[in-house]
Amino acid sequence: MTQEKNIKIDTRHLNLYFHEEKILKDINLEITSNQILGIIGPAGSGKTTFLRSLNRMNELEPGWRVEGQILLDEIDIYNSELDVISLRKRVGIVFALPVALPMSIYENVVYGVRLSGIKDKARLDEIVEKSLSAAFLWDEVKDRLNLSGLRLSGGQQQRLCLARVLAMEPDVILLDEPCSGLDPISTTWIEDALTELKKNYTIILVTNNTMQAARVADKTAFFLMGELVEVGLTRQIFTTPVKKETNDYITGRFG
Amino acid sequence: MRISPKYTQIVAITILGAATVFTVAILIFIIIFVLEKGLPILSFNFLFTNPTDMGRSGGILPILIGTVLLPVLAIIVAAPLGIGTSVYLVEFTHESRITRLIRFGTDCLAGVPSIIFGLFGFIFFVTILGMGWSIMSGGLSLAFMILPTIIRTSEEAIRSVPKAYREVSFSLGASRWQTVRKVVLPNALPGVVTGVVLGVGRSIEETAVVIFTAGSSLLIPTSLFDSTRTMAVHFYILAREGLSMDNAYGTAASLIIAVLIVNLSAYWMMHRFIARRN
Repeated sequence: MTQEKNIKIDTRHLNLYFHEEKILKDINLEITSNQILGIIGPAGSGKTTFLRSLNRMNELEPGWRVEGQILLDEIDIYNSELDVISLRKRVGIVFALPVALPMSIYENVVYGVRLSGIKDKARLDEIVEKSLSAAFLWDEVKDRLNLSGLRLSGGQQQRLCLARVLAMEPDVILLDEPCSGLDPISTTWIEDALTELKKNYTIILVTNNTMQAARVADKTAFFLMGELVEVGLTRQIFTTPVKKETNDYITGRFG
Repeated sequence: MRISPKYTQIVAITILGAATVFTVAILIFIIIFVLEKGLPILSFNFLFTNPTDMGRSGGILPILIGTVLLPVLAIIVAAPLGIGTSVYLVEFTHESRITRLIRFGTDCLAGVPSIIFGLFGFIFFVTILGMGWSIMSGGLSLAFMILPTIIRTSEEAIRSVPKAYREVSFSLGASRWQTVRKVVLPNALPGVVTGVVLGVGRSIEETAVVIFTAGSSLLIPTSLFDSTRTMAVHFYILAREGLSMDNAYGTAASLIIAVLIVNLSAYWMMHRFIARRN
C-alpha cells in the first residue's frame, strides 16, 4: 500500500485572500483517508478558513480569492468540471454552533438526500435510522422523529447536525469546533462517534481544545497566523514537536 | 437630589401606559361610532340587493362585488411581483449601488400619495392603453400602489431569516433556489403574509385611485373591463353628495367587517401553516 493511494485531500501552495488580505499562506497539506486529522491553533490562525475552503463555503460571501490547488481524489475542486453542489455533497461540514433547521428531526436528517431526489419513504426511513444511530442520537429521538429539531438540547442538535451530514454519505466530514458549546458528556458522544466513523470517512476536526485533538486525532496539524507550522502523527506532535511554536502552544505558553 | 430609579420607572410606566390606553381608546371609539350607526342598517337584504335611486335606497350588491374583485386583482398582480422582487434583491444580488438605488426608489414610491398612482393609472391604463374606467385599470393601479409595501415588508421578512439556516442548506448541497424554496420562504412566511395583508387592507380602503381608474358604476360588472365601485368609494359618494347618511354608515360598517375578516382569515391560515410545520 503506497502512501499516494491514501491521500484524500491534497492542498498545494494554497493561498487565500479576503479583500486582498492574505489569510492563508502557502498551505501544503496531505490529508490521509480513513483518519482523523486534528487542526489546532490559536484564534485567528486560519484553521476555520482552511476548513471552509475545503468545501468552498468561504465563497458564500464576496471578497474571497484562492491561489494554488486543493485536490480531492486528485481533482482540483476550484478549477475543474466538479461543480460546487456535488462537491458539498461529497465534503460535508458540521459547524461550531449547532443549527437545526426549523423542521422536524426527520426532515432535518433527510434534507440533503431529498435534494438529491430520493423520495422513496422506506429508503428515507432507513437513512434516518442509520444516520441517527451513527451519530449516537437514535435511541434518544426514535419515538419523536416528528418533533421540531429546534426542541432538542444543544448537544442533541449537534449530533443531529452530524447525522444530517452522514445521511448524504459524503467522503469527507469537516468539523469546525463541533464541541465548543457542548457539555463534557455531549462532547464524549461526539468524540466516540468520530472514532467509529473514521472507518468509513475521512475526518478533519478543527478544535480549540488541544486535548480533544490528542484524544481522537490520528494526525495533528498546527496552524499559526495563517501558516501551517507543523503536521505529523498526533503522538509525535504532542511529545516531540519539531518547531518551538508548536511546543509553546501545546504546553500552553500562548494561545 | 437624584430621584430613585424606582420612582422614575413608575412615572415611565404610567406615561407609556397612558399613551397605549389613549391610542386604543381612540381606535375603539371610531369603530364603535361607525358600527353603532352602521350595524342597524346592515342586513342580508342590504348586502345582496341592488342599490336604487343612486344609492339613496336599496343595497350594495354591485359594490360588494367591486370591493372583492379590485383587491383580489391587485394582490394577484402585486404579490408575485413584490415577493419575487424581494427574494431577488436579498438572495440573488450582493449589496451594491444598484440595489441601494432600487431600495431607495421603492421607499420613495411607498411614500407617494395614492392619488398620484390614481393619476398615473388614469393616464396610462384608462387613456393610453384604452382600458377605460374598469376593474382591470383599477386593479392594476392598486397593484402598483401596494407593490412598494409588499416589497419592503417581504424584504425585511426574508432578511430576518437567520444566515445560519442558509449556510446549513448550502453546506448540504442545496442550490440557492432550493435554499430559498425550502428554508428561506417558509421561515419568512409570517412577515410576507403581513405585507400582503397590509396590501389587501390598503387596496380595500382606497378611494382616490379607484375613482380615477375604476370609475363609480353602480351596475353589476359582467367583465373585467366594466367600471365598478368599491365600498370606500360608495361611502365617499353617499356622504359627500348627501345622498343617504344611513346607507353610508351601513357601507362603512360592512367595510370594517370586511377588513376584519380578511385579517383574521389571513392570520388563521398562517398559524395553521406554522403549526403544521412544527
